[in-house]
Amino acid sequence: MLDNASDSTLFTTSLNTLHLELGARMVAFAGYSMPVQYPAGLIAEHLHTRLAASLFDVSHMGQMRLEGQDAAAALESLMPVDVIGLAAGKQRYGLLLDEAGGILDDLMFVNRNLADGGDIFIIVNGACKAADLAHIERHIGTRCAVIPMPDRALLALQGPLAATALGRLAPGVEKLVFMTGGRFEIAGCDCYLTRSGYTGEDGFEISVPADQAMTLARALLAQSEVKPAGLGARNSLRLEAGLCLYGNDIDTSTTPIQAQLNWAIQKVRRSGGARAGGFPGAERILAELDEPSRLSRQRVGLIALERIPVREHSALHAIDGTLLGEVSSGLLSPSLNQALAMGYVTPSHAALGTRIQARVRGKPVPMQVCALPFIANRYFRG
Amino acid sequence: MIKYTEDHEWLKIDGDIATVGITVHAQDALGDVVFVDLPAVGTVFTQKETAGVVESVKAAADVYMPADGEIIEVNAALKDDPSLANSDPLGTGWFFKIKLSAPAQLDALMDETSYAAFANT
Repeated sequence: MLDNASDSTLFTTSLNTLHLELGARMVAFAGYSMPVQYPAGLIAEHLHTRLAASLFDVSHMGQMRLEGQDAAAALESLMPVDVIGLAAGKQRYGLLLDEAGGILDDLMFVNRNLADGGDIFIIVNGACKAADLAHIERHIGTRCAVIPMPDRALLALQGPLAATALGRLAPGVEKLVFMTGGRFEIAGCDCYLTRSGYTGEDGFEISVPADQAMTLARALLAQSEVKPAGLGARNSLRLEAGLCLYGNDIDTSTTPIQAQLNWAIQKVRRSGGARAGGFPGAERILAELDEPSRLSRQRVGLIALERIPVREHSALHAIDGTLLGEVSSGLLSPSLNQALAMGYVTPSHAALGTRIQARVRGKPVPMQVCALPFIANRYFRG
Repeated sequence: MIKYTEDHEWLKIDGDIATVGITVHAQDALGDVVFVDLPAVGTVFTQKETAGVVESVKAAADVYMPADGEIIEVNAALKDDPSLANSDPLGTGWFFKIKLSAPAQLDALMDETSYAAFANT
């Protein structure tokens, strides 16, 4: 049974009264009381997101900004990612690494016209935000101003009709393409939004002053396409989209290459690139990138050949019984009605089509390695 | 006669046979049920042993044997449509039937009024 979030030590977001008014089931997540689902239920919310548009409160996530001329170069020293080369108005996925190349957190960052007096705006995972802030401050706090933004809420509007719904309130947002951002006034609220999200669908993430979040949320929910969705649907959508959940699919024990996040490491930071290396764990990560045979394990997508949910920590075995690894995320997909999972296996069993077995309550469940994402993403690229 | 356990199972008792399912409260807390793993007919369990698993998209929960006995029938309809556990938990969404071997155990279980109070605390 799910925990309920009556614990008074939990933080609440600025939409807490709205969640309760909408009949949400609240759970403890990342130190916050958060809506896991509304009365329609996880499956209905999930399917509505794939068909229309859903509003998610993700205000538990951390927002911060970096200011100062050296901010891009400074942030680049913490991630295997091209920060310096990111054009104004563009967003990119980044990975904070520890000295061993393990992943401290994954994040999204936007160049909000840094060269011309703006900043780099960063969104990090809620459970990691205090540690991330301390890490960034400790390593680059002398090179740029590191400014937490606890006074802002974060909403995500996700789904194929998100642009239609939001465009009615903020003409012009529909012109943004995937992974770009801009400042917009929406329902009288001073918003910074990016065309991105965590569902595989087209959509927007909207940073708004916390004291205006309720006005914005009500304006969005008043659009005929939009219904509220909770963290449960957010999780099932992101798994279908093949996206990693920090703490499940990636953590300090995984490197970006093991996690098959090679695409997040731009050419300029790789061996032979103009700014190769120079990030924590670079020697190990570039070696894994240059010689994949060094990998001890890698993340794969898995489909169960029987209709049995295969959840995180289920053991994965070869057909001959050899232990290969374990599932990092798994559930029964609401869209496909199949048991989907992501997990880590030894590279010898990572090829597409490889048959392996999961152990669920002691019983073998046949699975097949398959391509990610499970459901093709529908980002708007213009 | 219907009895309830602290683990949110209900039993409808007819002589030494009991039909078992999960309560309205349990299915509501679990959310959309997508999978039910039921025991094999003929299996003998003691009270509180895990006899099955009910899963929503997000979570899995054990189903416990409410009293000592043998599984004499399972609800095959749940395999094809696990959502019966949500839509009709006390009716077509039943899980299994048991032949009770220690019916006196039922005396310690809750009646409807005590369960309602228990589930709301």
